[in-house]
Amino acid sequence: MNNMTLLWRSFRAENRIFWRTPIGAFFTLGLPLIMLVLFVALFGNEAIGTQYGEITTAQFYAAGLGVFAAASATYTNIAIGLSMRRDEGILKRVRGTPIPPGVFLGGVILSAVWIAIFATTVMVGLGIVAYGVELEAAKFPAMVVSFLAGTICFATLGVALASVAKSAASAPAIANATILPMGFISNVFIPLDSPPQWLTLAGDIFPLKPFAVAFTEAMSPFSEAPAFEWDRILVLLAWTLLGLVVAWRKFRWEPVVGASTGRRSRRSTGTSA
Amino acid sequence: MSPAIEVSDLTKRYGDTLAVDGVSFSVEPGEVFAILGPNGAGKSTTVEILEGHRDRDRGSVSVLGIDPAKGGREYRDRVGIVLQSAGIDKELTVREVLDLYGAAYTRRRPLDEVLDAVELTEKADARVRTLSGGQQRRVDLALGLIGDPDLLFLDEPTTGFDPAARRRSWDLVRNLTAGGKTVVLTTHYLEEAEQLADRVAVMSGGRIVAEGTPESLRANADRGTVIRFALPAVHAPLSELIDPLVGDASGRDRRIEIVTMAPTSDLAHITTWALGHGIELQGLVVESMNLEDVYLELVADDAGATS
Repeated sequence: MNNMTLLWRSFRAENRIFWRTPIGAFFTLGLPLIMLVLFVALFGNEAIGTQYGEITTAQFYAAGLGVFAAASATYTNIAIGLSMRRDEGILKRVRGTPIPPGVFLGGVILSAVWIAIFATTVMVGLGIVAYGVELEAAKFPAMVVSFLAGTICFATLGVALASVAKSAASAPAIANATILPMGFISNVFIPLDSPPQWLTLAGDIFPLKPFAVAFTEAMSPFSEAPAFEWDRILVLLAWTLLGLVVAWRKFRWEPVVGASTGRRSRRSTGTSA
Repeated sequence: MSPAIEVSDLTKRYGDTLAVDGVSFSVEPGEVFAILGPNGAGKSTTVEILEGHRDRDRGSVSVLGIDPAKGGREYRDRVGIVLQSAGIDKELTVREVLDLYGAAYTRRRPLDEVLDAVELTEKADARVRTLSGGQQRRVDLALGLIGDPDLLFLDEPTTGFDPAARRRSWDLVRNLTAGGKTVVLTTHYLEEAEQLADRVAVMSGGRIVAEGTPESLRANADRGTVIRFALPAVHAPLSELIDPLVGDASGRDRRIEIVTMAPTSDLAHITTWALGHGIELQGLVVESMNLEDVYLELVADDAGATS
């Protein structure tokens, strides 16, 4: 069977595994939606000052939380999923079959990106239907490009994190300890109008803010079509390359001998916030 | 025909420990070859090098004419690996798992045939999570067979099974190997090696300390025959019974055990003596030394020699 067929099968299997683990699906898809509803209810759907200009709460959060959901679906889920499956010996099994490593990991990444597309589409869709969020067709290509650049970047970083995490017990801790603080300085949880300079700088360097800004600009009524944020996309590309290098050099198919084999499930660790 | 596996002077070191210390052996096509040894003997490391999971430090390895360390996809296409430590995605069904992995092999056995062979037809659409431990191990076995491999690795296939389940899976493995498949089996159960293997290598301390058919191992390690019986209350002097024996006698509570290198003459003497005194020997047993005893002695000898 050729590699494309194998990739398709691997993608399909990964998707099944995701949807059959309801608690994982809840954290990835449900929780960000609840946050959108809560934030809009708490702050009111007013125009608020953001770095994008005066946009509504819903406009800001549908984009920001959409990006956060996409990052959870890729970065957090891949890091936890791969390290868990490594501890269970599933990766070792895969390595003993003729399935090429790239095809297997490709299936994992494609499936995560697909789930991210689903999560963000639902988020933005809820914004449009319930809160009057508006999109412009002319900026649609920028939405797609920034979204793909962001999700592929975070998926690669998820594989990289799984490569350096010693066990399934440490992966969720590292994933959450990195993505959550990033969330606060990246126009995801809180609109940043004029934050301290060092926080602006930190946000600009790490990948979540470039993702959020590029995607939100493509949805913002104030940006000018086609609204591509190439400098942000370039940062995402750099992180993708870094992730690739780490994954290439450090990826392991077998549990680390001597590491505490944390067989904790998604239930107890959570996949995101 | 050239050997299916040829290993010479295989050496693997982990830090200061020599896990595998200059091991050589070969396996013929169609042969079931068991590597028997206690935990830490080096058998898993040896087999993982053959499977391509580990690099070796020294020595040459050829499996199906391929060096597993460099074989890549072509090599993995021809071997089936049933690993004790390899997990399965538990949210998939048995059929989905077999379908997923099976698709990667160029030669592929029909799914229903494989399910039938491991007696999981009924469970084809059950999620792996819902299967019992034994059933999950049979999924393992099915995954090893789905690519119709030329060589099958079985890593401790019945560890953790109760005796009945172990017997059932031996029958299963025997059926699977009846077709002339080459099999490399690792186990720490002597009986398993005896039941399944054509040839056994006993490993201890990273080295092969004995090798041969189960029968020849028994014969080479000729430690005699055991004669056991119980005496009723007798008046005859026991020295009359014991003294002329070639073998060594020991006794407790009227139970006598004699280990002898001359079982025929000793047995003749014992029965003549008993007949002469009109005594019936209760529970008379004559057996060659248990292979278990031989094995334990081999492993113990080696441990003694290295320490």
